[in-house]
Amino acid sequence: MSPTDALVPVTIDGVQISVEPGTLIVRAAEQAGIAIPRFCDHPQLKPVGACRQCLVDVSSPGPDGKQRAFPKPQAACTMPVVPGMVVQTAATSPNAAAAQTAVMELLLTNHPLDCPTCDKAGECPLQNQAMAVGRDASRYTCAKRTYPKPIALTAEILLDRERCILCQRCTRFADQIAADPFIALQSRGARQQVGRFDPAAWLGRPDGAAGRVSEDAVTAELAPIVDTQHAPAVPGSNSLATAELPPISDQADTAEPPGMALALDGRPFASYFSGNLIQLCPVGALTSASYRFQARPFDLVSTESVAEHDSSACDVRIDVRRGQVRRRLAAGGPDGPSREWLTDKDRFAFAWQSLPERLTSPLVRHNGELRPASWPEAIAAAAAGLTSANSTGVLPGGRLTFEDALAYSVFARAVLATSDVDFRARPHSAEEAAFLNRFVAGTGTGVTLDDLAAASHVILVGFEPEEEGGIVYLRLREAAKAGARIEAIAPYASPGIRRLGAHLIQVLPGTEAAALTKLLDDAAPLPGTLILLGERLALAPGALAAAAHQQGGRLAWIPRRVGERAGVEAGLLPGPLPPHLASALTSAFGDALSGAPSGAAAQDPTTPDPATSDPTGRDTSAMLAAAAAGQLDALVVGGVEVDDLPDPTLARTALDRAFTVSLEILPSQATALADVVLPVAPPAEKSGTYITWEGRPKPFGRVLTSTAMPDSKVLQAIATAMDRPIDLTPATASTVLEAIQSADAAASPTASAPLDIPDLAERGNTEQVQPVAGQALLATWHLNLDAGRLQAGDPHLAGTAKAPFAVLSRATAFEVDVRDGERLTVSTEAGAITVPVRIGEIPDRVVWLPTNSSGCQVRATLGVSGGIVQIEPTPTDRREVVA
Amino acid sequence: MSDGPLNWKRKPKGFLAKGAAPWAGFGVTLRTLFSKPVTEQYPFEKVEPYPRYHGRHQLNRYPDGLERCVGCELCAWACPADAISVQAGQNTSAERYSPGERYGASYQINYLRCIFCGLCIEACPTRALTMTTDYELAGPDRDGMIYDKDRLLAPPDQGMLATPHPMAPGVVESDYYEGKVTGPSPEQVEWVRERRPDDPSLDGANQQGAVKR
Repeated sequence: MSPTDALVPVTIDGVQISVEPGTLIVRAAEQAGIAIPRFCDHPQLKPVGACRQCLVDVSSPGPDGKQRAFPKPQAACTMPVVPGMVVQTAATSPNAAAAQTAVMELLLTNHPLDCPTCDKAGECPLQNQAMAVGRDASRYTCAKRTYPKPIALTAEILLDRERCILCQRCTRFADQIAADPFIALQSRGARQQVGRFDPAAWLGRPDGAAGRVSEDAVTAELAPIVDTQHAPAVPGSNSLATAELPPISDQADTAEPPGMALALDGRPFASYFSGNLIQLCPVGALTSASYRFQARPFDLVSTESVAEHDSSACDVRIDVRRGQVRRRLAAGGPDGPSREWLTDKDRFAFAWQSLPERLTSPLVRHNGELRPASWPEAIAAAAAGLTSANSTGVLPGGRLTFEDALAYSVFARAVLATSDVDFRARPHSAEEAAFLNRFVAGTGTGVTLDDLAAASHVILVGFEPEEEGGIVYLRLREAAKAGARIEAIAPYASPGIRRLGAHLIQVLPGTEAAALTKLLDDAAPLPGTLILLGERLALAPGALAAAAHQQGGRLAWIPRRVGERAGVEAGLLPGPLPPHLASALTSAFGDALSGAPSGAAAQDPTTPDPATSDPTGRDTSAMLAAAAAGQLDALVVGGVEVDDLPDPTLARTALDRAFTVSLEILPSQATALADVVLPVAPPAEKSGTYITWEGRPKPFGRVLTSTAMPDSKVLQAIATAMDRPIDLTPATASTVLEAIQSADAAASPTASAPLDIPDLAERGNTEQVQPVAGQALLATWHLNLDAGRLQAGDPHLAGTAKAPFAVLSRATAFEVDVRDGERLTVSTEAGAITVPVRIGEIPDRVVWLPTNSSGCQVRATLGVSGGIVQIEPTPTDRREVVA
Repeated sequence: MSDGPLNWKRKPKGFLAKGAAPWAGFGVTLRTLFSKPVTEQYPFEKVEPYPRYHGRHQLNRYPDGLERCVGCELCAWACPADAISVQAGQNTSAERYSPGERYGASYQINYLRCIFCGLCIEACPTRALTMTTDYELAGPDRDGMIYDKDRLLAPPDQGMLATPHPMAPGVVESDYYEGKVTGPSPEQVEWVRERRPDDPSLDGANQQGAVKR
């Protein structure tokens, strides 16, 4: 049978078209270019036939071959085509048109007439459809069903049930896509409504004034709930818990179901993908607190761009009004890499780019005090300081576009003639650098998000898809739903791992290598096996080496930050450049980059002697240690948060002691300690190319008009002031990018090539340290929404973040005498963190903490990223805990 | 040639008419000498235009003083001269300016752009925006020609209560649209008295609780 025979011929409004078997009538009509109105239908959600707006007249051949019409109009969104089917939409069938008009009238009976106050008005499918086929005047004279409006589902998502037409897009998304069933249909009949499964949703009854809540309850709900910077560590102490919620004490007394996390605003944690509900909603029933009453669609200027919050660099649409970003929406289409979904972080966390405290003018330190300076003065000061320094290290940070990363690379290697450059502002290892240079740099586009969704076997090593991957989690869910086998090597089964249906291979933190080796030895990975490696593996000696030695599967390294892959590709790892990159840079910039300084740089007496600087290059920790010890004279620092570094105290000493040039967007600890601060453009105010973890370049244009300069421009200005100009334009950057991309075909490392990992022999060393009673091994990773600097400025979003908690095994909790829900103090010599404890499936004497949540900043407070910590119950009265 | 409209030639004047013609023009002068002058003594004497004159805009209030504007921006949408800028805000129980969820937090009309076409008035869903007969719209600087809410919002009439204040107890927003609210209730007056005892609108506020139910 040829493919053409397999297609099903149908006639829609007289247009004959052949479609795949099983195609729904709405899809077939789309292919034929015929519009059928619909609300509940969505290409990525299963058909449900809830709204009935898509009614069409259908007839199909009966067993005798005669065309038989269905007695009544049928929902086009649930009916698959059959051969010979004849469909008449409202355009050709008065019967279908009458049915659609009647459905519209029914949908509008209880829909309030509050379009003027509704955020959806102007881009509302219901409004458009009502204008198209609705009646001019309402025949409905009775009182409409009313609810208190709006109620806050989360700190960010507001629900107005009066406007809801019960299309169930939101509940289906929560159920089918995100697997966060925090919103569901409740009640039946005329009282059917969507809501959270909590008593709060039952506030309003449709029977008159008794159903109205006090205004205070509603407005308290809408008030910005959490101050990002000063959020209470313990949700129980949050005085902003609203009238809608049961007192927190009830929850603390009873053991919560495992995985039931609380959000920072005191509500049960909902979802990291809840913003998609707003975009899905075909009416104004779901709106966001941050965009509430901000703009009208008619005067928004929309620009397609790329999100900056995770290494998937999802497609977004940025809506600007009066020079201000008002909201971001998912873009890229339903077939795009992110399937037109977006994490809440990518959607809502944009205010950081325009915070009032943003750096606007350069600062130069005079007599120990930072003072505003002109650009020429600041550039001259930076150039003078860097020229007089004998040795300079470069810490560009992990959030760069490829263009900026390339600028740092060229600046470090050609202008400063140093190999001391490292983009990793997080725990790192030499093994990781070797792995990245060998198996990631120059490999082009490898495993993609689409590959994840189509995978049959996935091994997650040191990678928590929901918390650290964002959209990666949703694509993995597709694979999981299709029956893929997912194995996770991790200390404990986090909610995300559980909802993926993953098989947990439980390990002590840092010993992922042994488990991975055993897993790969037991059964060699099949060609379709995907091995996803997280950035956490830098703390697991030998894990990346073990992954590198695997044969048969495909490796993908998924860092958290958006610029890490660009850093790898641009040569921002310490030591010599990978060969393919060296040749690409040499052809673009000449011999200055071939390793040893040459030309003008070599003749310059102030150029550091290559003999004194380590030719293999120093990594972030080594650079900071050297600078703190006075062995490194200067530092060029990009977007680096000191508290993200492995040893923040050491980093502060280093930044204080060395001559530091900081290129930053917002004031930070680094800018406070720097000698020259140069403000640079946030992503919305520059153009560039992010490189996703897949290796896919994602170019984006400038969204806002601005005079702010990207890092690359500023570095060029410093280079020029140092008399070593570098010719770096977007065109050169794209030439280099093309060269790297095309190089991979010729010189891609083969998987069989062994990786010489110096740390390989140390594998398993961490098992030698055993915690005793009262101690635990620290396991930690970042939560998706936390106290990150790039989430500042949106208190609503911050309120939806998980409140920090510690996870202990039942035996360990018994050992240190702490009960579920009580507070636990985790301490080192540097400091202590006190958070509620949660009993979970975690190895004994291991404690898990979120790395950088509000009130639980592991590296800043404890000064460690792993290893042994002290644990003890917090000596407080139980009543006080829950008060 | 027919004697239709194409026949434009005047009839030649007769002998007498020719003789009087030089003096006929003085007839107008003479007549005007004895008629009432039409000169308007502006600005000493101001003329009231017709009631439907398209003058300066005004943002109106409900009888209890709450503002009618809900910040929907339909006026800005309708404006062909792009003269209106609105930014909506969120009513809270502590600060309520209009019935319902939303009010116009910032409202500006640029009278350098406004062409007084009145499309904004037609667009307004709550009759918040109307036009007055005030035609004296000139000023010494361009900034001053951008009228903000402080100059557009009608001051509270006699009996009204200045915003912000809550809705009367038991009253919902649709009661306002249906004209059921005829004045401030004692609770509203008390609310304002507690928080802003010096508010001048308190003196005249009708305290008879004129809320029709």
